Amino acid sequence: MVFGRSERSRAKEAEAAVNEPVTLKVLVAGGFGVGKTTFVGSVSEIRPLRTEEALTEAGRALDDTSGVEAKATTTVAMDFGRITINEKVLLYLFGTPGQSRFWFLWDELAQGALGAVVLADTRRLEDCFAAIDYFERRGIPFAIGVNCFEGADRYPVETVRRALDLAESVPVMLCDARERDSARDVLLMVVEHAMRTAVARNQPAPAP
Amino acid sequence: MTDRWFDDAAGPVVRPYAMTRGRTRSGASDARLDLIALVLAESAGDGSAAWEAGDDIDDHTLAPEHVDIVTRVRRTPQSVAELAAELDLPVGVVRVLIGDLIDAELVRVTRPVPPAELPDEDILREVINGLRAL
Repeated sequence: MVFGRSERSRAKEAEAAVNEPVTLKVLVAGGFGVGKTTFVGSVSEIRPLRTEEALTEAGRALDDTSGVEAKATTTVAMDFGRITINEKVLLYLFGTPGQSRFWFLWDELAQGALGAVVLADTRRLEDCFAAIDYFERRGIPFAIGVNCFEGADRYPVETVRRALDLAESVPVMLCDARERDSARDVLLMVVEHAMRTAVARNQPAPAP
Repeated sequence: MTDRWFDDAAGPVVRPYAMTRGRTRSGASDARLDLIALVLAESAGDGSAAWEAGDDIDDHTLAPEHVDIVTRVRRTPQSVAELAAELDLPVGVVRVLIGDLIDAELVRVTRPVPPAELPDEDILREVINGLRAL
């Protein structure tokens, strides 16, 4: 029996899909210089890699009459790292571009992300407002890691939560982005939060 | 800063999209390959490996960068982002090259979790346990 190419590759795909590892991503966001690259580097099992991506400006209305696909693209550099959870699951970390003017270009990077870490510096809390706003609006589970810089005043978690006007459900933790265990704990906090979010979404809304 | 540009400062000798012969997309994939889509070496349909890790790729239509990608993923599956960083090429260029290799049936890619869908709870539980064990 002769199989056409598409039939053969479809059979092959189905057979292969069973053994394919699952890849997941977590974003690491925050203002410029807040420690995103350091964070990715301290918890990644590979040296942090940097790549350039031409991101397409998403969600901008196109002029139908022009007939020309008008896409504005900007190339941004981003850091990423990898954690092998087990032979079936790989977790990728992406440090998002820190320059606020690239915020609107984020949608592609955020697509399919299981959650996000927002790093905050208590000396410049306002730098992470844009990140918080972004993830809140898109319903991406996120948690705050307050990166404790030397020389910066330490504030209790509750003070930071109030200053950022966060919902009760958003976890906040003090951390040191240079320490592997500390960065790991922040990631754990985010994934646990994503888990709670997933469970809540899968449950029917409680009767009023 | 110096007045003249030397070596790396002068930029790449070959403009990146020259490697794709000017194409910004390849015929194979309609959808853009996700950054975390895994690229795997294609195996023969009968289950036996069609290649050995050290095999030469005997296809003269392929550019050195194509061969480089196949060689790397035969060693271990890699994400689109990793390949771009390792080859020091823009992701857009790497996407086109991977598309060519899918056409040539030398590699295949995994489909990541669809957008706007959280991965299922069992997988999240595995991630949590994996992170705890780090």
